[in-house]
Amino acid sequence: MTVRKNQASLTSEEKRAFTNAVLELKRTGVYDRFVTTHNGFIMSDTDSGDRVGHRSPSFLPWHRRFLLEFEAELQKADASVALPYWDWTADRTSRSSLWAADFLGGTGRARDGQVMDGPFAYSAGKFPVNVRVDGRAYLRRSLGASVAELPTKAEVDAVLAMPVYDMAPWNSASNGFRNHLEGWRGANLHNRVHVWVGGQMATGVSPNDPVFWMHHAFVDKLWAEWQARHPQSTYLPAAGTSNVVDLNDTMRPWNDVTPADMLDHRKFYTFDTEPAAAASQR
Amino acid sequence: MNKITRRQAMGTTAGALAALGIAGATAHAAATDSRAAATRSGTVDEVYQGRRIRITPASASGGHHGGHHGGGHSGLPTVRIDGRELHVMRNADGTWISVVNHYETFADPLSLARAAVRELQGAVLAPFSPMGGTA
Repeated sequence: MTVRKNQASLTSEEKRAFTNAVLELKRTGVYDRFVTTHNGFIMSDTDSGDRVGHRSPSFLPWHRRFLLEFEAELQKADASVALPYWDWTADRTSRSSLWAADFLGGTGRARDGQVMDGPFAYSAGKFPVNVRVDGRAYLRRSLGASVAELPTKAEVDAVLAMPVYDMAPWNSASNGFRNHLEGWRGANLHNRVHVWVGGQMATGVSPNDPVFWMHHAFVDKLWAEWQARHPQSTYLPAAGTSNVVDLNDTMRPWNDVTPADMLDHRKFYTFDTEPAAAASQR
Repeated sequence: MNKITRRQAMGTTAGALAALGIAGATAHAAATDSRAAATRSGTVDEVYQGRRIRITPASASGGHHGGHHGGGHSGLPTVRIDGRELHVMRNADGTWISVVNHYETFADPLSLARAAVRELQGAVLAPFSPMGGTA
C-alpha cells in the first residue's frame, strides 16, 4: 500500500527516488500529457458552463484521481515512490528544505524568474517546459513575490470547521468547504499557494512545476481531514445538477470514475499521519 | 499580425479611446493605475511596459470565442498582447482571470492584461490550444 509522507520527513534517498522518477516521466513524454490535460480543463471549466476539474464540487475528487494516475506512472518508473505532500502551513518560507538543490531547487533569479539549481533547472538539461502558454522553456518561480504569506494553520482550521461540503451555485461563488479550500472565497487556501510559488505554478500549465503534485497532495489530505472531522457530511450535490458532476456522475476525461468512487482515499493510499476523527470537534 | 482589422478600418478603436479619455495612455502606464474601471467593458489600445495591449469588447469581437469553453461563452472580450490572444475568463462575481494568472483574480480585463504583461517579462504568448489530450 502506498504511503504518502510529508515532504519534510523524506530521506535523501527518497527525495532522489522521487525526482528521478519525475525526470523519467518527463523524458518519456508522459509528464507533459498531464500538463496538457490540466491546462485543457482549466481553460474549459467555467462558472456558468460545464465544470469538472476546477471551480466546482468535483475539484477535489477530480484532482484525487489526477494525482492517483500520476502516482501510478511514477511507480512504473520506481515502485518505491509515493507522492509526498507539502504542508505549506508548516514549511512556509523559501528556506524550507523543499526548495533545496537536492530536491525541487529554489526560487527563480530576479532577471527572468529562471530556477537555477536542483534537478529541474533548465540548465540541468532534463526538464524543458514544453506545454506552455508563452515562449519560455525554462522552469520559473518567484517564491513569495506575488503574495507575501502562505496560508496559516489557523486559516486552514477555520475552513476545515465548515460542515457543508459545497453549496449552490456550485462554482467560484459558492459558500462551503470546497470553495473555501479551493480559494475563490474567504481566506484563500489552494489558489493562494499557486500564486505564492509564482512562475508556471501561477498559470494554467501549473503541473510544469513538480511542486504542483505536492501542493495538491496536501489539499487532498485536507479533504481527508475534513471528512474525519465531519463524518455526517458528504459530497454534494447528490443528483440532477446541470453542468456539475453529481455524486454518482462520471468525470471527464476518464469517464469511468465518479466522485463516489473517490471519497475514501484509504482504498488507494494512506498518509503517514492519518486524519483522526477529532471528538473534541463535535 | 500586421493586417488591418475591420475595427481599425472603421476607426472605432480611436473613437472609443477618445470617448474614454484615455488616448494619452499609450505611454507607460503605472502598475497601480486604477483607470481600468472606466474601461471595464470598453475598447482599450495602449502600450504598457513596451507591450501593446488591445481589448475588444464582446459585442465587437464577432463571437469567435464560441469554441473555447464549450459552454456558449460568447460574452467575453478579446484581449491581445502584441497581437497574440490571451485566454481570459470571467468569474461569477465579475472578476477576471487569464491563463497566465489563473489563480489570482482581477477587477477588469485591463488590470488582467497589465498583470499578464508583467508576468510575461517580454515573452511572447503561445497560441492557446483547446482541450488537450487525456493523461
